[in-house]
Amino acid sequence: MSVTAPKKLSLKERYRILTRGLDWTTTYQEPAKVFPHAEFEGIKIRDWDGFVDPFRLTMDSYWKYQAEKERKLYAVLDSFQQNNGQTAITDGRYVNVLKIFLTAITPGEYQAHRGFAMLGRQVPNVGLRIAAQMQSLDELRHAQTQIHSCSHYNKYFDGLHSFSYQHDRVWYLSVVKSFFDDARTSGPFEFLIAIGFSFEYVLTNLLFVPFMSGAAYNGDLSTVTFGFSAQSDESRHMTLGLEAIKFVLEQHEDNAAIVQKWIDKWFWRGYRILAILAMMMDYMLPKRIMPWKDAWEIYFNEAGGALFADLARYGIKMPSTADVANKEAFRLSTETMLTFYQMGHASGFHSWLPSEDELKWLADAYGPEWERLYLPRFKYFRELEAKGEHYYNPSLPQLCQVCQIPMFFTEPDDPTKICFRDTVYNGDRYHFCSDGCQHIFENEPEKYVQAWLPVHQVMQGNCGGATIDDVRKYWAVEDGEDNYDYVGSPDETMWKGWQADRLKVGS
Amino acid sequence: MSNVSITLYNNDESRGLIAAILKDNPASTTMRMPGVVKIDCPNKITILRETVEHELGRPWDVQQLHMSLVSLSGMVDEDDDYFTIAWNH
Repeated sequence: MSVTAPKKLSLKERYRILTRGLDWTTTYQEPAKVFPHAEFEGIKIRDWDGFVDPFRLTMDSYWKYQAEKERKLYAVLDSFQQNNGQTAITDGRYVNVLKIFLTAITPGEYQAHRGFAMLGRQVPNVGLRIAAQMQSLDELRHAQTQIHSCSHYNKYFDGLHSFSYQHDRVWYLSVVKSFFDDARTSGPFEFLIAIGFSFEYVLTNLLFVPFMSGAAYNGDLSTVTFGFSAQSDESRHMTLGLEAIKFVLEQHEDNAAIVQKWIDKWFWRGYRILAILAMMMDYMLPKRIMPWKDAWEIYFNEAGGALFADLARYGIKMPSTADVANKEAFRLSTETMLTFYQMGHASGFHSWLPSEDELKWLADAYGPEWERLYLPRFKYFRELEAKGEHYYNPSLPQLCQVCQIPMFFTEPDDPTKICFRDTVYNGDRYHFCSDGCQHIFENEPEKYVQAWLPVHQVMQGNCGGATIDDVRKYWAVEDGEDNYDYVGSPDETMWKGWQADRLKVGS
Repeated sequence: MSNVSITLYNNDESRGLIAAILKDNPASTTMRMPGVVKIDCPNKITILRETVEHELGRPWDVQQLHMSLVSLSGMVDEDDDYFTIAWNH
């Protein structure tokens, strides 16, 4: 008698059994009570079984590959720590990008973890729930590995000591915090479009590909390894976001208008956050991969253009504000940098003026219009520094009610004029940095009138007191250590000491 | 017609994978950055298990792609013997 081994199931069959065979329709409770958030946003779903996750990861292979990623990552982190990797980066200035990353982005990963945990409970489709639960675990992994790898730098450098506390308080960190608070307080479909589609698909490539490649270029083995390890999960997340949006659009023609509104909103909100990334890429990486403008061209105009061409058959169009982002591409990093330079006394990281070589690189990248507009400002600030009068702006800026960024962006068609919009709601006047943010407010004013705006909170006496010293204490920004210019900072002294030690033999 | 794209680690594991992609997708172009390689190709990229195994000289499970993948752009289809990224326009 011959015995034949049972045929191994194919990937597609295994995934079908996991996501179709294991779910059931509840009978003790109405499905509407089991999934109470499924309908209030107005999205109409005819057939939940229409959702298919293209990455057919079963639980066993998910654990297998994630464990392998972690083993590889922690081998690198161990080695980096043991071998004093912090001394092999290109320049001590570089660590300031990690200070921004850890205080701004890492807590966002944690927020995304919580948001996807909500989604993993609330959507009435098991394939989507499994994918969301995996993503929730991924985001937690990202937060943990980022904290872990930055903790090594915290042994040596200032400004990395209170990231979680600062995230809830410091003025520029409220930009990211409010973004995720906004996403997490929306319904499951909006959250999915906000984070899964708009942020993951359209925008995070910019953060995790050219920026992380920049970390590699600057000798930061630890960051590049967590960055690419995280990004390998992002590929799955992006694909989930794309499949989810296709699924929603295919289910009912009424969904397109709602989805388009979310795309417009979340593209703009995400893009505004990336202003700080543009500054990191163009001004803070000692060695640079590509200017912000080129990264924007590759990852938004090319990749995003292809994506929106594909969604055109559902009636979905490019975000309405994409042309403004393109107009800003040559000046976004500079407008942001010039603001942080003036706010160095009130920031948890160091700023500095670009060197002559860096200015030349910027001028080559951005052209004569950039030179005409910005070189005189750099020259002016340099002259003040030479006189020992580094300019720090003593005032508190007006903030945009939606993105919470100080009002420093300029008119789309006039980079010499601050862009300023306002609207009156229930007798109060609210201010915005752009048409994009104004429209977001006008669609949901009741949400945004509740914004926790750092400057307003200082004015109301909720941030430790009335002086900058009081407020810095409230922010846990150590005066004279974490803030001001890199030149003259304790970080710089330490870094120069390391460099001098390299040249000594036998001492 | 637009480009699809895949970005892979620039390491030993990915080298065979990149060679296989370039062989099966002759229209593709590569962009090398520190740490990563970005491959673009008009409309579709096909990764065949058989070609990758030939390049690596050992068995390769399509899902091992997760260990080399940094990013992609396009719609994904995946089964035991292939992994494709394509646009439908």
